[in-house]
Amino acid sequence: MSGYIKEKEYKKILILIVFVLLFITSFFISVGYGAVKITYEEIIKAIFFEIDTVNYQIIWNVRLPRTIVAALVGIGLSLSGAILQGVMRNPLASPKIIGVSSGGGLVALIILIIFPQYYYLVPVGAFIGAFLTTLFIYSLAWKEGVLPTRLVLAGVAVSSLLGAGTNSLLTFFPDRVSGVLGFMVGGLSATTWRDVRMILPYVLAGIILLSFLSGKLNILMLGDEVATGLGVNVEVTRFIFIIISSLLAGSAVSVVGLLGFVGLIVPHMTRLFIGSDYRYLFPGTIFFGAAIVVICDTVARLLFAPIEIPVGIIMSAMGAPFFLYLLRNKEGLK
Amino acid sequence: MAIEAVNLKVNYGNKEILRNINLHIPDKEIVTIIGPNGSGKSTLIKALSRCLKVTEGTVNLYGKNINNISTKKIAQKMAILPQVKNISADITVENLVSYGRYPHLRIGKRLNMEDKDIISWAIEKTGLVDLRDRHVATLSGGERQRAWIAMALAQKPKILLLDEPTTYLDVSYQLEVLELVKELNKSLNLTVVMVLHDLNQAARYSDNIFVLNEGEIFEWGNPENIIRSTLLKDIFRIESHIYRDEINDCPYFIPYKVI
Ligand SMILES: Nc1ncnc2c1ncn2[C@@H]1O[C@H](COP(=O)(O)OP(=O)(O)O)[C@@H](O)[C@H]1O
Ligand SMILES: [Mg+2]
Repeated sequence: MSGYIKEKEYKKILILIVFVLLFITSFFISVGYGAVKITYEEIIKAIFFEIDTVNYQIIWNVRLPRTIVAALVGIGLSLSGAILQGVMRNPLASPKIIGVSSGGGLVALIILIIFPQYYYLVPVGAFIGAFLTTLFIYSLAWKEGVLPTRLVLAGVAVSSLLGAGTNSLLTFFPDRVSGVLGFMVGGLSATTWRDVRMILPYVLAGIILLSFLSGKLNILMLGDEVATGLGVNVEVTRFIFIIISSLLAGSAVSVVGLLGFVGLIVPHMTRLFIGSDYRYLFPGTIFFGAAIVVICDTVARLLFAPIEIPVGIIMSAMGAPFFLYLLRNKEGLK
Repeated sequence: MAIEAVNLKVNYGNKEILRNINLHIPDKEIVTIIGPNGSGKSTLIKALSRCLKVTEGTVNLYGKNINNISTKKIAQKMAILPQVKNISADITVENLVSYGRYPHLRIGKRLNMEDKDIISWAIEKTGLVDLRDRHVATLSGGERQRAWIAMALAQKPKILLLDEPTTYLDVSYQLEVLELVKELNKSLNLTVVMVLHDLNQAARYSDNIFVLNEGEIFEWGNPENIIRSTLLKDIFRIESHIYRDEINDCPYFIPYKVI
């Protein structure tokens, strides 16, 4: 009986493999194409054998960190959204709900607009702002425990409050708006290895933790009482998941700005392909999320080269129609 | 004694929902909680199953205070099927049943052979062999309830708590579920605590019945003790004739007037 894998499981594993291949392909395209075209031979050479040429410089100092950050940001935001949609049992949940965008955004804008001389504090500030906002929303929703619906409502309320702060900043300092636009829509220009170091630890830690916790999220999806009945400490588990998703999304936002859309639709798209079992959904989200942001960033760089479009715009412009297409065509299969 | 509640009091905020609850649920019995809407039946089930913190009093599981047992250990002894359950569209019967092994798994571990055998056993026991690969969301009401019961069985519990397992089901499915519960009680010595709406079904399937009214236990006892015209009048506001079902050896009643 046991030991054999069902046909359905095979299909899911196959889809996972496709996602991995998609990610690897997009990674190489992203590193290979840009204002200067570099052959794959040269890429391999540059990565594995140190040869000090101009192309080597471009790959090591510009394209590689940027592509890696794009991938990590994709992973962080998508995983965060996948977790939150499960924890809240709400398909509209995304990192925005726990105040990552509004909290991180407000702190970043305060620095960029009022204290522009401290611009280098933006990543750290945005990260801390995002995390504190999550804790604030969580404590507001607390009343002998935290119910998902109350958390969503508290999140919406706090976000619009902080959004008001953001908007008044933009109104009072209209001359400095152009300087912060990049952060507002989310972009990957001028990313460096420092950004990689900023986000990598959180993404790695998140992936490792989630590989142990995917089963728990499946159980949490069955409802608080069923989960309690199955021996899950619902309050503690929910808190841990929310902290993990805040750190994942916060570290992404701190590096690229408010790239909100990824965390909402990538988990959905992955779910349409691979189903809602988190043992498959998590790895699927990791590779698909990474691939999507890398692809979108490549398009953002190439579409009107040498002028670059912020990746957030491409994400929304390409992601939304694709998502709607999937929704219409895949829903019938269920 | 499987479950024992001592002087339970449960509040929602400042509102007192349950008070002076003392009950004993003997091992291997089927015990049913009945009472009008809003009398606190679900609240009681939640309190007994640690889903809800009690304001005062204690719940003991086999003589031990439930607050002093880890939630995982409790889950190895007691399974719960609440009224509100949630399931994704693509979860199969087998997926769902496999979740029942969760309290027996160590963190990060996969299902082993023994777990898989237990899952198959639970699926057979609930008559779902042919449906094991179907999505739970596509099953009939009765089949779906059986799938949830199979999940609970995979927990290998000694006690099963069910909140209104037959509500919203056609009468044939109601019987299907209750017959299954009875059979599990007999063959596995499973202690069952359930909330039912239909008093005649409660009389037929229970060893003991607790009547809840406005947050207090009004009366308890075997079916003969509960299906009495004065009690039906006092609690459910109906006049009724009481008969005896000789085949199933239990009382039943037919109401004829609301008072
Ligand atoms: N989450 C809650 N918050 C506040 N009051 C509640 C809540 N759940 C139930 N109640 C109240 O507690 C009482 C008992 O409810 P419940 O246990 O669901 O009754 P029953 O299951 O017998 O119909 C009702 O008056 C109900 O309004
Ligand atoms: Mg109820």
